[in-house]
Amino acid sequence: MSAVESAEKIPAVSKKRSLKQRLNAKGYKWAPYLFVSPFFVLFAVFGLFPLLFSIYLSLHYGDATGGIDRMEFVGLANYIYLFRDDAWFHSSLINTGWLALASGIPQHVVAIPLAFFLHTAFKKSRNTVIGAYFVPFITSSVAISLVFTSLFSRDFGVVNMILTQIGNVEIFGFQPLGWLFPTENVDWARPQYIKPMIAFVVFWRFVGWNTVLYLSAMQTIPKDLYEAATVDGAKPWQQFFYITLPQLKPMMFFAVTLTIIGNLQMFEEPFIITGGTGGIEQAGKTAAMHLYLTAFTEGDFGTASAVSWLLFFIIAILTWLNNKILGEKD
Amino acid sequence: MNKLKKSTIFAYIVVGFGALIMLAPFYFMFIFATHSNGDILSVPPPLWFGSELMNNIDYLLNALPYFWHNVGMSFYIAIITTALNLLFCSMAGYALAMYDFKYRNVIFAFIMGTMLIPPFLGMIPTALVMKYLGWLNTPKALYIPMACGAMGIFMMKQFITSAIPKELIEAARMDGCNEFSIYWRVVVPLIKPAFGTLGLIVFIGQWNNFMGPLVVMNDMKMFTIPLALRSLQGTGMTPWGAICAGAAIAVIPLLIMFTLSSRRLIDGLTAGAVKG
Repeated sequence: MSAVESAEKIPAVSKKRSLKQRLNAKGYKWAPYLFVSPFFVLFAVFGLFPLLFSIYLSLHYGDATGGIDRMEFVGLANYIYLFRDDAWFHSSLINTGWLALASGIPQHVVAIPLAFFLHTAFKKSRNTVIGAYFVPFITSSVAISLVFTSLFSRDFGVVNMILTQIGNVEIFGFQPLGWLFPTENVDWARPQYIKPMIAFVVFWRFVGWNTVLYLSAMQTIPKDLYEAATVDGAKPWQQFFYITLPQLKPMMFFAVTLTIIGNLQMFEEPFIITGGTGGIEQAGKTAAMHLYLTAFTEGDFGTASAVSWLLFFIIAILTWLNNKILGEKD
Repeated sequence: MNKLKKSTIFAYIVVGFGALIMLAPFYFMFIFATHSNGDILSVPPPLWFGSELMNNIDYLLNALPYFWHNVGMSFYIAIITTALNLLFCSMAGYALAMYDFKYRNVIFAFIMGTMLIPPFLGMIPTALVMKYLGWLNTPKALYIPMACGAMGIFMMKQFITSAIPKELIEAARMDGCNEFSIYWRVVVPLIKPAFGTLGLIVFIGQWNNFMGPLVVMNDMKMFTIPLALRSLQGTGMTPWGAICAGAAIAVIPLLIMFTLSSRRLIDGLTAGAVKG
């Protein structure tokens, strides 16, 4: 009804408008689409097309660098090969899971109490301390992984020096910490040690990021909750467990989601620390590294594309499970 | 009361100690950058600055003849990516914040949805696309695909919604300003703070980007710093002094940016992540 009325009115009004105003009215209609168009053009060419192309590649076999027409359609054979026969892919998935847990869980276990303490006890120097914990997050992972490789080297590394000094502390001829700390230099390149080392570097890089996330969530918890608890005689640790933790739940869900998604894509730290090879017995090779090596050192783009889709589905399923477990319990 | 104080002091010590562990790798990076390999390989390793910085840089330039070119490439690619993001993200953010148009919500949801696509999924096809386009070993292979990110659009939309009243836009329109000049003359001057935050985030992201250049740059001359540093690995005895000098050059610009604007950077990154 009103549309018909206004449609009749507009010509009457627009007769009085100048040409410039009429052009502007047209511009108003088209401008927003033009303004968002760069995103869609770029996404179509460098986002959507590669995704579709990747599905196509995952169903083919052969050398793609010589032209995709050289590739042969093989159906789901790449996926079946990965499921059934590719033992290195299986071990890379296990490595990824191990590293994701060993670097991910400590991040949150440390970040939450740390954020609580920064929130309650620090006043003046808070920003400096936050900065110290946060700065690993913004530094070049390649540069810093190289530095860590030297710190963790067997014979001259600072880490081994400190650990063995603690391990060799003697009291009355005993070494009370010898069972917990090494008494001889650890060869971090060996399969059983390379994973803890990578996990530590990843932990080091992201613990500050999680702390800042939790800190920002704590600042939104109403102060009167704590005031009421103090009046009722609740101790700080009781306030932490009965007020802060429950109130942090949405942020925990969010931060854990980010950790799951990020850790399962882990690439740069293990890649640099193992020199791009995966290390001895490929003990430090993650799924994303397997994907890269299959494509760019073996030249098998089809299987590598299948790896990327399997990894994508694994991440999607785990994110969905996390959503089921942590996200919808309220 | 006394007991509580003791535990608080203990916590201060733990937090302070943790902060030292966080900063220790940077400290050793700078120390090692000033020592010869022999010094670094001795026990105990050096704990204070030495005098071998120039020798290490000489070694670095010997092993990587294009190192300064690589540093220049990193700056060039990061700066262009930043400039393109500021332009495209603010345009899209402005449209989504200030216009009522058909499919606006669908378009916005779609843009946000693209953030769920993990980068590794496009790694292989992107490398092939760049090969077919003939863009391998060119800077545009790195800055064009990253020229307009969904998070940047989101940040700009949020900022414009909160910082610019719609009446201002309408007043400019009444005065006969065309749509692009409203954006350019009214909106852009008012969103400079958001430009600063987004610019820092994009610059740092592209400066640190490793997977991108790894698959599109194979000519040593066109390497960015992370690739150049990585190529020092695994050639006989690892030159730790030179590697740490190079790592320091890669990290110093980031440390400067962080010290100058840590608050803004942390707030921008968390707000972008939390609300997005």
